[in-house]
Amino acid sequence: MQNVDAIGTDFSETPKLNYLNNGYTLKSWLLTKDHKRIAIMYLISVSVFFFIGGLYAAAIRLELLTPASDLLESGSYNKAFTQHGIMMVFFFLIPSIPAVLGNFLLPIMIGAKDLALPRINLLSLYILWIGAALTMYGLMVGGVDTGWTFYTPYSTTFSNTYVTIVGLGIFVNGFSSILTGLNFIVTIHTMRAPGMTWFRMPLFVWAMYAVSLVQILGTPVIAITVLLVAIERIARVGIFDPAIGGDPILFQHLFWFYSHPAVYIMVLPGMGVISELISNFSRKKIFGYEFIAFSSIAIAVFGFLVWGHHMFVSGQSIYAGLVFSFLSMVVAIPSAIKVFNWTATLYQGSISYDTPMLYGLGFIGLFLIGGLTGLFLGSVGITVHVTDTYFVVAHFHYVMVGGQVIAYLGGLHYWWPKMTGRMYSEFWGRISAMLIFVGFNLTFFPQFILGYMGMPRRYASYPEEMQVLNIFSSAGASVLGVGMTMPVIYLVHSLFYGKKAGANPWMLPGLEWRTASPPPTENFETTPVVTWEAYEFGEESGLDFEEARRRDAVTTVS
Amino acid sequence: MQTNSWVPLFPEQASSFAWQVDYLYFYLILVSVAFMIPIVAVIFFFAMKYREKDKYAAPHGLHGSIVLETTWSIIPFIISMTIFLGGAIVYYNQYRIPDDPDMQVYVVGKQWMWKLQHETGQREINELHIPVGRKVKLTMTTEDALHSFYVPAFRTKMDVVPGRFTYLWFEATKPGKYHLFCAEYCGLNHSGMGGYVYVMEQRDFDNWLSGNVSGQTPVEAGRDLFENKLGCASCHTGGAGQRGAPLEGIFNHEVALVGGQKVIANEEYIRNSILNPSAQIVEGYQPIMPTFKGQVTEEQLISLVAYIKSLSGVTGPSTQTGPASTAPGTTGSSNSTSESMTPPRADRGNSNTQGSNPNAPGNTASPANSR
Repeated sequence: MQNVDAIGTDFSETPKLNYLNNGYTLKSWLLTKDHKRIAIMYLISVSVFFFIGGLYAAAIRLELLTPASDLLESGSYNKAFTQHGIMMVFFFLIPSIPAVLGNFLLPIMIGAKDLALPRINLLSLYILWIGAALTMYGLMVGGVDTGWTFYTPYSTTFSNTYVTIVGLGIFVNGFSSILTGLNFIVTIHTMRAPGMTWFRMPLFVWAMYAVSLVQILGTPVIAITVLLVAIERIARVGIFDPAIGGDPILFQHLFWFYSHPAVYIMVLPGMGVISELISNFSRKKIFGYEFIAFSSIAIAVFGFLVWGHHMFVSGQSIYAGLVFSFLSMVVAIPSAIKVFNWTATLYQGSISYDTPMLYGLGFIGLFLIGGLTGLFLGSVGITVHVTDTYFVVAHFHYVMVGGQVIAYLGGLHYWWPKMTGRMYSEFWGRISAMLIFVGFNLTFFPQFILGYMGMPRRYASYPEEMQVLNIFSSAGASVLGVGMTMPVIYLVHSLFYGKKAGANPWMLPGLEWRTASPPPTENFETTPVVTWEAYEFGEESGLDFEEARRRDAVTTVS
Repeated sequence: MQTNSWVPLFPEQASSFAWQVDYLYFYLILVSVAFMIPIVAVIFFFAMKYREKDKYAAPHGLHGSIVLETTWSIIPFIISMTIFLGGAIVYYNQYRIPDDPDMQVYVVGKQWMWKLQHETGQREINELHIPVGRKVKLTMTTEDALHSFYVPAFRTKMDVVPGRFTYLWFEATKPGKYHLFCAEYCGLNHSGMGGYVYVMEQRDFDNWLSGNVSGQTPVEAGRDLFENKLGCASCHTGGAGQRGAPLEGIFNHEVALVGGQKVIANEEYIRNSILNPSAQIVEGYQPIMPTFKGQVTEEQLISLVAYIKSLSGVTGPSTQTGPASTAPGTTGSSNSTSESMTPPRADRGNSNTQGSNPNAPGNTASPANSR
């Protein structure tokens, strides 16, 4: 192949200067315009937020070990679940894959030197920090107890906690999301390398494109909604509280008009990562590329039409309920198509059991449960019984944690050698992936049963006959906690003691594997020219397998 | 406390549509299993059969098939439509309020208690006593935040929204004691806002009714407010030339408004006309009525609406003036000791409702048969 050398598949020493050792001062990080450094700062930030959210989760599960509200009295419990939700949804799940993995990889995967708007990229990180600082300040001076949904009129009139400052943090944080989405769309449109046509783009990039659309169109609505809540709280303008002339149901419409699409902001990137993992670790062209790509766009579009399925029992009309139920069924189809395509990709592949693939396969199983229970909740007759119970809690944790968090961890392991230049311990990686899978199911599966029994969510105390299942759930949470802590240890360990990864440890065809690990500041020595289709694993991808085999032989002997 | 009778870890079935919800649920479990098992089995099979043998293999397997894509788009779509239809039918049964309920109960949610009142005047807090096999309609509102009236054994719930009425109905099929929860987060003591629904045989219910007497039925209380306390009668009665629109016979009939609009005078209209009278002025009348917002409680509003309905001859099946047996003074003989120690009171309101609380469980445990 003509451009073998041009695309850096040789295995010579990594270049002396990469994005990590190109300056060590704090200033060189804080004022960087390098998308990779910004991604690393995002990684550290969202890991901290995830840890804080996790602590609240631990408090919740400990409290629910016993039916009485004994460990936490109900006021503290209400704050714990509210703050768990706010940290996890707004400060971890929404930024996690786009801002960390997307930021780092999107330009490299399409052969660009950086995002189209590097300063805007840095700005969006600072906006996240400002938003997080405001919210955390609110949490530290007293916290907030409205639930992450901020339902009115409780949030505007009755709660005497720090709703305004926490809401302001979320409002500010929204702009980070909007700017990142904008940046991605511009980059994908304008910065693709020569030969990188739309249908040669990795599916991760398609997913980022879909998610950016949702971020740009949806986030302004939550921003204005939170602002209206603040205006009503501060100035007593009657918007949502009927006592002063407002309409509490209006809030729910506005809130879910964003927050249902936000569910897709949280899961579409995960689907993109899984498409990468499944195809690359079975070394086979993904099954139904166009169907997966367009199903992401279909989910993004239909996702805007189903918000009313959060309001089946809120007093909206029966007929509105039926329409939203129908549309919710329709939006399930693109997700089903993806699952079938991933499964079919495995057929006749060459499947490795490396850690990222364990996460990939685990994702399919968990997402199946999350998606199928979504059908239960889309079917209005059942929802009237199980909405606002633990059935819903279990469902969205299967989608959010079983989907997005698993995909995020899988992606982090997959691209870790690229980001850091080091391999982590495969043994511990597999152990922790399996612990997380088992712990997760043990935590959340019993909650489906609890929900159908009728245990309402957001309850600090519950009837005694529901204790056994809650103990199972809390026990599972501790396994999950151990599983989640292990990557922190072995990934950090790998930074110092890990084996050098080399440019392409798994001999994969994506552009990100055709540059050094860690990549140089400008990503590629020379601009790559793409002559192969996406997910070509053979000779036609231009990879030098002879060289790779020779290298392997050397390492085996020595 | 009754325990689950037939399937462990499953709530009791105690309403006329509970079995429909459960059957739909089982159907969905069946669909889920029918999807899960093949997919998971295939993944395991592929993962073993096509396990990596050569590190750099590049197998050229099948990577696209329009036939397969179409098949696995259409089949799930058809199945999802059956789920939608099933859900829609059950939903309709759950939420279509029957036109002829056998019994009505008024519910006011309040941080953090449920205040309920029967048509016959009995008040309850966090407890609801109903007879088996009768259609019960709840008319609900709240004094503060959102709440949600949820009885898992009945497989139904409905949010309670400030500033408007929402409705719920059920027909209990099995006597027993069932959880009542608030399912919409409402603040500090949300998880404490609940109690029990006691479903009783008709005879026991009648006994219970006769043993729990408060002062007035909603209609009576409404008339008292209308004629004396709020002075509505000074404008809304008096025959020809009265200043306010006549209220006799308007309920569920069309009313012509200034500007040519027409509305149906339902509960919502009456409620709004009390709180915000100038919004909808009846044809031929001046907008002179002051607002009563802030002057009437939610419970008083319910009573007023009940009274205005009674002017059109609309009430539930129970007698609107209250049968003699429920009148104060005749209660002591038919009830437990704790109740007979309590002097019958003609007053109404909070002090009275608290009184009904402790003796209610006693009634269900041993149906009042002291007569």
